[in-house]
Amino acid sequence: MTAENNRIVFENVSKFYGDVLGVNRVNLSLPPGVTSLVGPNGSGKTTLMNLMTGLIKPTQGRVNVLGLTPNHPEEFFRRVGYCTQFDSFPKGVTGYEFIYQSLKLHGISNNEAHRLTKEAIDRVNMGEAASRRIAGYSKGMRQRIRLAQSIAHHPTVLVLDEPLNGLDPMARAESIALFQALGKDGLHVIISSHVLHEVDKISDQVVLMSYGYVVAEGQIHGVRSEVKEHPMQILVRCSRPNLVASRLFNQDHVVEAKLQSDGNGLLVRTQNADQFYLLLNRIVLDDNIAVEAVAPADDDVNSLYQYLIGGGGSGGTV
Amino acid sequence: MNVMASSRKFFHEAPWQLWTAQLTSLIQSEVKRNFLKRRSIWIYLVALAPVVILTIALAQEPPGGSIQDRTQLMGALFQFYYLHVAIFIGCLGIFTWLFRGEIVEKTLHYHFLSPLRRELLVLGKFLSGMVTTSLIFMLGVFGTFFLIYTHGGAAGRDFMFNGPGLGHLAAYLGVTVMACLGYGSIFIAFSLLIRNPIIPAVVVFLWETFHAALPSLLQKFSIMFYLKQLCPVPVPAEDFLALFAVGSEPVPPWLAVPGLLILCAGILVFACWRVRKLEISYLAD
Repeated sequence: MTAENNRIVFENVSKFYGDVLGVNRVNLSLPPGVTSLVGPNGSGKTTLMNLMTGLIKPTQGRVNVLGLTPNHPEEFFRRVGYCTQFDSFPKGVTGYEFIYQSLKLHGISNNEAHRLTKEAIDRVNMGEAASRRIAGYSKGMRQRIRLAQSIAHHPTVLVLDEPLNGLDPMARAESIALFQALGKDGLHVIISSHVLHEVDKISDQVVLMSYGYVVAEGQIHGVRSEVKEHPMQILVRCSRPNLVASRLFNQDHVVEAKLQSDGNGLLVRTQNADQFYLLLNRIVLDDNIAVEAVAPADDDVNSLYQYLIGGGGSGGTV
Repeated sequence: MNVMASSRKFFHEAPWQLWTAQLTSLIQSEVKRNFLKRRSIWIYLVALAPVVILTIALAQEPPGGSIQDRTQLMGALFQFYYLHVAIFIGCLGIFTWLFRGEIVEKTLHYHFLSPLRRELLVLGKFLSGMVTTSLIFMLGVFGTFFLIYTHGGAAGRDFMFNGPGLGHLAAYLGVTVMACLGYGSIFIAFSLLIRNPIIPAVVVFLWETFHAALPSLLQKFSIMFYLKQLCPVPVPAEDFLALFAVGSEPVPPWLAVPGLLILCAGILVFACWRVRKLEISYLAD
């Protein structure tokens, strides 16, 4: 498999709904792992996912998934699973029938379809409710049965549009663990979510979107280091933080050093994190400082969101 | 030459086994849904109304009477009620809902996200609609035929089993299937094109009813044009009913059947082209 055939590629893709912009001039090349699409409502996340899976067609540009397009659905949808945001189901079916019928469209035998149905239902912990009609399910159960349907055929690309919506905390934790496990298995897991701190925990890559444009993309730490206009914030928990602060002030790259109210640490804002870490090592050794922890304080999706898109991200959601 | 070579390559390399399995699975689930959904109840009523009315009416009459009158009654009921009204309305109800229903209920994306070619989706849904409407209306036509001739006593039974009766029945059932095929192809195309099919359906109804008044070329774009040629009994009509029975240019059955099939195939090809272009944007609907 060539590198191109192991990626999801958008080449100069634009989508307009009449005069309304969906996404504009998107160029992406997504590797395996968990990729999060982050952005406010109307930023183009769902449009991007629908383009990826052929539910809509680009006005301009090309999309291919692992070298395949939806024009060859037999191969494409054997490799791709998409859990959409549409909370709707065929009338009168049970959770089990819903998954079983969709598997039968893959042309597999009855026995295999039954086996995969049971497996998918077990993976989302819906065993007890599977024989009940979906019309009687709670929102969280409907979300989980859709997730089961999208993973039942063992896709290598899993596209999930707001998959944590409506889930209770237990189900959220289980789903997050499932996405992480799938990402580690080498799958492409593409997730859109407005719950930033959850996305932050599970993402290998992030794509930040705003008003139909990709604002930033890549590994979270890499994207963060590219945001030069916002100095990195680093929290240092240590003894004698006032001494550390006084030594730091001599440096050009240190913009601010703020002592913590409990007197056991300081928050540093620096233009050059690498130089800061070198300097901190020297200070620790020279002055015999006891360091409890050093950690980036704004090296996450939430901060990136605030810096690049602005507003709304502080509460953990967009 | 290139076309020939690529066609041959396609027939050799196409995953026929997968397509057959997918089509079978789709038809099974669609037929089940078509037969059991609440919207189908009125189609059963439309199809079986003559059976119910005849049962009540014939119960008050003594058996016997002229076989010729019964043949005319059956022919008139079939042409004026089943062909012009019942099958038209039944197909409108079933076929327009095949795609439009999934768009309204926001479930079409499940098909579009499956490894099923969209052309096969059209074909599968069309065949499931065919199975549903054909069976429902064949049941109605058979019941009507059976009641009319069994009430004819010994002469009726003789007509059915020793005369042309079974031939007539086969022709009526065959025309019923052809009518479902013709109207079904039109309405499945509608379900991919038009949000509210009522007004176009009225236009088609008028077109079909008065097709004989159209120029010769345009008549060939009417389903009724072909169906009338296949009916076993010509029905002389007077007064109001004459409007529905204006004689069109006669065409032999060996031309009528392929003509209708070609017309339907053309409409289905258009539906396949349309479904390939279709995007999921339920909000617009």
